[in-house]
Amino acid sequence: MPQLIRQRKFVADDWRNIDDDPTGRERALIIPFARWQAERDQWWLWDGKLGVRIGPTDAVEALERDFLRISLVAIEFSGIGEGRGYTQAQLLRRRYQFTGEIRAVGKVQRDQLFYMARCGFDAFELPDGADTAVALTAFDDFSVKYQDSIDPGLNLRRRAGT
Amino acid sequence: MYVYDEIDQRVVDERVAQFRDQTRRFLAGTLHEDDFRALRLRNGLYIQRHAPMLRVSVPYGLMASKQVRMLARIAREYDKGFGHFSTRQNIQYNWPKLETVPDILELLASVQMHAIQTSGNCIRNVTADHFAGVAPDELDDPRPWCEIIRQWATLHPEFSFLPRKFKIAVTGSPQDRAASKVHDVGLNLVRNGAGEIGFEVLVGGGLGRMPIIGHVIREYLAPRDLLAYLDAILRVYNMGGRRDNIHKARIKVLVKAVGPAKFREMVDAEFEKSRDIAPVLTDAEIARVKSHFVPPKYELLQDEDVVTGAGNEFRNWYQRNTRKHKIGGYRAVVVSLKSPQRPPGDITDVEMEKVADLADQYSFGLVRSTHDQNLILADVRQQDLKAVWQALQAIDLACPNIGTLTDMIACPGLDLCSLANAGTLDVARQINERFDNLDYLYDIGDLELKMSGCMNACGHHHVGHIGILGVDKSGEEWYQITLGGSAGGQDAALGTVIGPSVAKNDVPETLDRLICVYLEQRVESERFVDTFRRIGVAPFKARVYAPADQAA
Repeated sequence: MPQLIRQRKFVADDWRNIDDDPTGRERALIIPFARWQAERDQWWLWDGKLGVRIGPTDAVEALERDFLRISLVAIEFSGIGEGRGYTQAQLLRRRYQFTGEIRAVGKVQRDQLFYMARCGFDAFELPDGADTAVALTAFDDFSVKYQDSIDPGLNLRRRAGT
Repeated sequence: MYVYDEIDQRVVDERVAQFRDQTRRFLAGTLHEDDFRALRLRNGLYIQRHAPMLRVSVPYGLMASKQVRMLARIAREYDKGFGHFSTRQNIQYNWPKLETVPDILELLASVQMHAIQTSGNCIRNVTADHFAGVAPDELDDPRPWCEIIRQWATLHPEFSFLPRKFKIAVTGSPQDRAASKVHDVGLNLVRNGAGEIGFEVLVGGGLGRMPIIGHVIREYLAPRDLLAYLDAILRVYNMGGRRDNIHKARIKVLVKAVGPAKFREMVDAEFEKSRDIAPVLTDAEIARVKSHFVPPKYELLQDEDVVTGAGNEFRNWYQRNTRKHKIGGYRAVVVSLKSPQRPPGDITDVEMEKVADLADQYSFGLVRSTHDQNLILADVRQQDLKAVWQALQAIDLACPNIGTLTDMIACPGLDLCSLANAGTLDVARQINERFDNLDYLYDIGDLELKMSGCMNACGHHHVGHIGILGVDKSGEEWYQITLGGSAGGQDAALGTVIGPSVAKNDVPETLDRLICVYLEQRVESERFVDTFRRIGVAPFKARVYAPADQAA
């Protein structure tokens, strides 16, 4: 099982991927983006929590109309070189003002967490066998930042006193 | 120059701690090699042919003497006593040990230096005109803008895992000495109709496997929008750039695929949509950074004639290795790292320390590195030139060849680099032996020779008046010759391949034949590249491939 970090703590995962739970007994399901697009209407009135899982080429703006219904967006990473998810999270959080959970899934590695958190991710699935002992300190790798971002911290704008 | 405040210092200190921990985990086996690779590259650490190579960032080529002394110390204690200045104005060490790299980074941090983002698929060192601040033709000093961009790019949360590396250059003179047209983004300082400073923005230029001149996508960008607009460019690239093929991943491929006009629309749309979340560069922040680049306390001096009555050697050096300064009574001195026995761009620890001493004594304690692999003492009083010349001569750094054929750019090539297909250092040595007569070099005049050991084009061969590209032909080293390239300003151009590549030992002879054609054909004071542009490739080609007995 992957290990889930949420709000900087390891927690038990209360969500299931729909493929792991086809009957929908669980009350919180994550549906792949393509299937969500196809089956959106039939899920809308289902009485559990819904999340959507997107890949690097899926357009986050398509989700904006769904924010009333979905409370989680899972963004896939195929490896450390995959960088599109950072922009997807940034846009979800800042441009489209999504307030639910943004979760990094797939090949998520400790040393990406600092960047991911700054782009708006607040949950991270570390794959099986990940070194969990060192993971939680990743968020504090740097105590100062140069860019404006969703997190509090020093940045160009504040530093310049405006 | 820019002096770190507490924030800047904490960033580099915490970076050292982070990398020390990453190295520890890698050596302990808990950090996978592939993951460590992506991380160490962000600290400029390559695993090379013989040992790791560490590339240290020299932002826009500016160093304090204290920093140069530290670079010397690192060369002595952690390398084999020398460093190599690269075409990105950075310095590279070719023999550090992996486990000592955190200690090296700590020493660098103690003098406000780092190796952050000198490699990897992220925003690299921002480069500038090496005569910034002293060039008479300058509209505005590019360095404060470079420093602002450096800070914005450092550990950028959204743009640290790009499809490929990303290089930005800023130039403040019409005579573009920063090669801004062959960068992922080139920023040229301009004035708008109201006389306000801003940027002309070029995108999608580059060398490597697909050399291409950048396209203007914004004629005037206001300073307050600088970072917002860069954000927009990077976001379009981060989402749209190819990630399936490393050779097609640079922004230039995306720009070419969609077309510059469409790319411009995409960036403009992103820029507009992001107005609410994009960083605003405030006047206060611009003023804060600019306050670090106020001119030094120049004395009130008159230009003087220091060459009349001087010996030939000094006169040659003055003419080739010093440049006009915007302040009367001063000259900028180019410290040549291109003497015949020296691999281009190499400098020893002792030489670095001497240059630092000279900077303290004669040039306000500052040294610059250039993208053509030399150093500069930018603010030398004309009355001190002779003393500086003598001191440089004593340490083999006064070779009066700047701008000539032997002031060639060369990457480290097959001797040191694991990417290279062919050697460059041997060839450089052979060229130096063949063209060892200064009078002949001066007769040939301004000629930019640029050599790369592989397609990645670290030696910028495409934009050399003469370019040499090392290629591998069934395990043998061969060299393809291009003519007519240029990196600078209005006449930026890519070279034309003259024909089949030549064998290693034939490179000097080939150059000789090219030069002969030029000397026969040139009109008045035409440079090599001007003659080439006028007469075309055919006469050069005919001579190079003529049988030996008909070539003379």
